[in-house]
Amino acid sequence: MNEMPNIEQATSMTQSKISASKVQVYYGDNQAIKDVDIEIQPRTVTAFIGPSGCGKSTFLRTLNRMNDTIDVCRVEGSIKIDGENIYDPKVDPVQLRAKVGMVFQKPNPFPKSIYDNIAYGPKIHGLSRSKSELDDIVASSLQKAGLWEEVKNRLDEPGTGMSGGQQQRLCIARAIAVSPEVILMDEPCSALDPIATAKVEELIDELRENYTIVIVTHSMQQAARVSQRTAFFHLGVLVEEGKTQDIFTNPQDKRTQDYITGRFG
Amino acid sequence: MSEHTVSAYDQELTEMAGKVAEMGGLAEKAFADAVSALISQDIELANATVAQDARLDQIYQDVEVKLIELIARRQPMGQDLREITAATRIANDLERVGDLAKNVAKRVIAIDSDLQSKKLAIGVEHMTELALSQLKQVLDAYARKDAEVARHVQEADAEIDALYTSIFRELLTYMMEDPRVITQCVHLLFCAKNIERIGDHATNIAENVFYMVTGDRLPEDRKKFDETMAEH
Amino acid sequence: MTDTTLTQRAETQSAPAPLPFKSILEADALTRKRNAAEKRFKMYGIAAIAIGLFFLVALLWAILSNGLGAFSQTFIKVDVPLDRQQIEAAEKSVVKTSKYRAIIDGAFASELTKAGISTDIPTKGLEKLFSSGAAATVRDYVLANPGAIGSTVTFDLIASSRVDGYLKGRVKREDLAQDKNLDAAHLDLADQMEDAGILEKRFNWAFITGTDASDSRPEQAGIGASMVGSLFMMLVVLFLSLPIGVAASIYLEEFAPQNRFTDLIEVNISNLAAVPSIVFGILGLAVFIQFMHLPQSAPLVGGLVLTLMTLPTIIISTRASLKAVPPSIRDAALGVGASKMQSIFHHVLPLAMPGILTGTIIGLAQALGETAPLLLIGMVGFIASNFPDGVSAGFFSPNSAMPAQIYEWAKRADPAFYERAWGGIIVLLLFLMTMNIIAIILRRRFERRW
Repeated sequence: MNEMPNIEQATSMTQSKISASKVQVYYGDNQAIKDVDIEIQPRTVTAFIGPSGCGKSTFLRTLNRMNDTIDVCRVEGSIKIDGENIYDPKVDPVQLRAKVGMVFQKPNPFPKSIYDNIAYGPKIHGLSRSKSELDDIVASSLQKAGLWEEVKNRLDEPGTGMSGGQQQRLCIARAIAVSPEVILMDEPCSALDPIATAKVEELIDELRENYTIVIVTHSMQQAARVSQRTAFFHLGVLVEEGKTQDIFTNPQDKRTQDYITGRFG
Repeated sequence: MSEHTVSAYDQELTEMAGKVAEMGGLAEKAFADAVSALISQDIELANATVAQDARLDQIYQDVEVKLIELIARRQPMGQDLREITAATRIANDLERVGDLAKNVAKRVIAIDSDLQSKKLAIGVEHMTELALSQLKQVLDAYARKDAEVARHVQEADAEIDALYTSIFRELLTYMMEDPRVITQCVHLLFCAKNIERIGDHATNIAENVFYMVTGDRLPEDRKKFDETMAEH
Repeated sequence: MTDTTLTQRAETQSAPAPLPFKSILEADALTRKRNAAEKRFKMYGIAAIAIGLFFLVALLWAILSNGLGAFSQTFIKVDVPLDRQQIEAAEKSVVKTSKYRAIIDGAFASELTKAGISTDIPTKGLEKLFSSGAAATVRDYVLANPGAIGSTVTFDLIASSRVDGYLKGRVKREDLAQDKNLDAAHLDLADQMEDAGILEKRFNWAFITGTDASDSRPEQAGIGASMVGSLFMMLVVLFLSLPIGVAASIYLEEFAPQNRFTDLIEVNISNLAAVPSIVFGILGLAVFIQFMHLPQSAPLVGGLVLTLMTLPTIIISTRASLKAVPPSIRDAALGVGASKMQSIFHHVLPLAMPGILTGTIIGLAQALGETAPLLLIGMVGFIASNFPDGVSAGFFSPNSAMPAQIYEWAKRADPAFYERAWGGIIVLLLFLMTMNIIAIILRRRFERRW
């Protein structure tokens, strides 16, 4: 799964996809994220780990401005995607979110048919001019998400009637359908059983070819399994970021060490 | 280092380290006994040493099972992962040390006569002292998680190699002088080789301790050059 | 791990003294006490429900026993010869209906003779058997069908409320002692007529479709016109409060910033829901009638006042159902790049729809049953004696509303009106039940899919 030599070559040649510097996030008077600097490599899975409330999900949500929906939330510093600051006043968050898709902790398909779930994004973004084009997008998204064989005969059945793992893959297919460049995943497997989790992880590994993936996870084993780079957050601070194998065998910071070995009281 | 949230994990790790330390003690003793049996031609001690090795093997098997269980149940990461893998390898090295000591003891029984030369005995004894001290030091370093001592031990291995080379030459000389002693000398040569190998195992352990503590590999800058090989 | 912690572990691991064996097959004192308390509580609950049911049954019984009478009416069948001379004479006179009454009296007397019923009551006294509106019925017929003059037409004329009451058992013979309108002879006659098939009790469509009548003719009063008035009012309420209420709640729930001003608005909305309805009535009187000069007693004004009253209910229930939509749905929509409005209109609102509809119907039902504010804008005093002429008149011309009509009837002296009031309540309840059923059907429709 972790074919590092190739990745290293690729990353050394290309620029980072997302580049954050001096990011501060405040909820009212509370500072949730302090001075986070991170470079996220393209076509790589980057995992954010850390204890609950460490700010990893908050930081993930700043990457596609999902925090905008919270009134008291304030972001400072700069986050650039392909060199463009996403907090520039000229940026429309709706356009940004088409470029940076998101998959959530709880599978949350719309209470509509499987087809409509996938077709909704392309429809509102005007990605298809005809019904047949839309059909193609739906089919290819489901194929990429490895769900096509399971659902091709029941596209008009409700998405909420599928199993948890299928629902989550449906959500991933829905995110893919709008052709994003980055996919953010907020604990995508926390509600799934190990087999469904394995399927999603396999999917993540396949998607790495075409997308930049950032995944927040509570499971260190999962981070170790799916990611090439891992970032450890603690108390709103990015403690350590590096190659996944280094983080899990020889972390440099004592806090990372304590966390990954299960020593946090 | 602070304790794990799951205290049973700590207990298991401590237990495992204790077992490895016990193996270290047993291996050390077996080695010392075997060599002193060799020097003093004490067949009884030699027999006892051979018998002792079964105990070491038993503990080694216990440790191995424990370590696999630990990996399966705790999914160790970071420092813990390194400790556990290091323990696996160290236990393996110690088991080999025990085997080598047993081999020396068996040869004592085979030689079954006084040593030809006092000088030779002193050489073997000196080499043993060195290897034994190496082994003691690495086991201490393991217990104290001391990377510096481990590095030092690795460097000191060169001295044992040099001693072995000199003993090798001496034995060669004896054999050329008097073909009747060839059997005894070959046994002695193997014993010396075993002692030298124990030194190598101590070095291995040192490397593992260093990795366990720092997470880095010891640089392989030492010339591992066996002069005896060059002559043949 | 240090030695001390090891010893601590060893200590905690040493097993405590084994607890004495306790069977779970028999309940101990505490459990028995707890179970008894639970049983008592269940009994309280059952008692409460029984009391509630008793009152419900009592209420329904009272309503039905008092009100069902309003749905039947006594009619007297009379063949009236429409003599041209008599009619022309009647049309010339000042009080035309009294002449018509004489015609009916004559026809009725001969009808009795024909049926072989003899009576001591003079012909003039016979008219007390008829409703005072009977003459108008004949006259209206004559005016509508001038061709019928000269022939004999069979009329089903409404009996007077006393005769009607006698047949329904409301009026007893002993009651007549103090009654100057009717004496025992009339009742004997009524019995004979009933035997002869001249007097007949039938279902009273006129009560449902008819209009209100003056104090002296309770037998002619119907709830139809005020039903139309209520309907127009409900239309106003529905078309104003639903869009305004839903728009306001969506804004408050999804868009409005959290600050002191919106807090103030929220508190006020909650408080408005608890404001007595009469306050809305006086507000309507001051603003809509005195200031804006909208017509008095018009369903439009009534609707406006009731809209004000219904809005808080709709806003509160709409906001609650918007809140109940899981945030994950909003996240999902935003996550695929929907704008805020798209996420609300495509996903949140459809999911909140059942709740919104329920709230709206509850609000409408409340408004439908509201009487107090109508008192103040003049929808009570008005006698709804005719139907509106068209849709715009339906909104703008004076009318009454069902609860106001019921209140009006209940106020009047004649016990026949009292019966009408109960009957009106039955109609009102049926109206409400219909609305609730519509609400349930709509809910089902919207919830149907998932």
